Amino acid sequence: MTLKASDISEGQEFSEVVAENLTRTQIVQYAGSSGDYNPIHTDEVYTKEIAGYPSVFAHGMLSMGATGVAITNLVGDGRLTKYGVRFVNQVWPGDTLTTTLSVESISEEDGQFFVDLVVSTSNQDGREVVRGAATARIDP
Amino acid sequence: MSEQFPVEAGHIMLFARSIGDKNQIYYDSDYASTTEAQGVIAPPTFVAASSQFDEGYSLRPKIGEPWFGSGKTATGVEKQEGGSGGLHAEQHYEYHRHLRPGDVLHSVVREGEKWERESKRAGKLKFSETITEYYDQNNELVITARSVGVVTERPIDQ
Repeated sequence: MTLKASDISEGQEFSEVVAENLTRTQIVQYAGSSGDYNPIHTDEVYTKEIAGYPSVFAHGMLSMGATGVAITNLVGDGRLTKYGVRFVNQVWPGDTLTTTLSVESISEEDGQFFVDLVVSTSNQDGREVVRGAATARIDP
Repeated sequence: MSEQFPVEAGHIMLFARSIGDKNQIYYDSDYASTTEAQGVIAPPTFVAASSQFDEGYSLRPKIGEPWFGSGKTATGVEKQEGGSGGLHAEQHYEYHRHLRPGDVLHSVVREGEKWERESKRAGKLKFSETITEYYDQNNELVITARSVGVVTERPIDQ
């Protein structure tokens, strides 16, 4: 599935739940696949007693990766040209994350259409955890 | 990372699972060959896994060396720096093309800007920027990454 410029309009929003009741096990999976074994993500003893946080928390890159699922589900595979985020709040075990993608602009360059998206992921309390932008090639 | 980063099909599958992405394009080559991408590709944030191939990477236990996570005690090292150590503040990617199994990447890393800011929730924040260019086996630039790390003076207030 690919996105068509003719099917979307500026200001239009798309939302998708990208993590539901995030588990410590998924965070462990991400540590294993990414290779980031910082114990603040997987080691509750270390994180509470040494790092000084109430529990382990997700890698920023796990929340960026999960947010990316909503983006590629919308724009299609292999279509992203830019994707960037700021990690504005931590993501904790048990969080449910919803990504909202807003169409900021649609443009055309040499016959190729592009969409610029404002990217925002929030937790179940409405607190934003990831904020950013993405650009993708889209069909006419 | 001056080492080579081989992009492997099994690794892409595990990575996609770990971000909660069930898209077949990341593991089913029969399906993927019928799509516009014409084969399996990697998820957009997959180059994060390049740290697996970074020999000196400090956030992976090294065989035979002390590790700062818990074992018999809450930390495996005697001295621990204050605060949380480093956290990830920003990550930006520019895609010149998407990665496929069989690609072998190498990268060129340069330091970017450094800046500081006071915050109510974590004290002084020290930011530093790193720009990484990933090149493929044909020496073509495939992904440009800009990462911002932050060291906090103390753990972030919750």
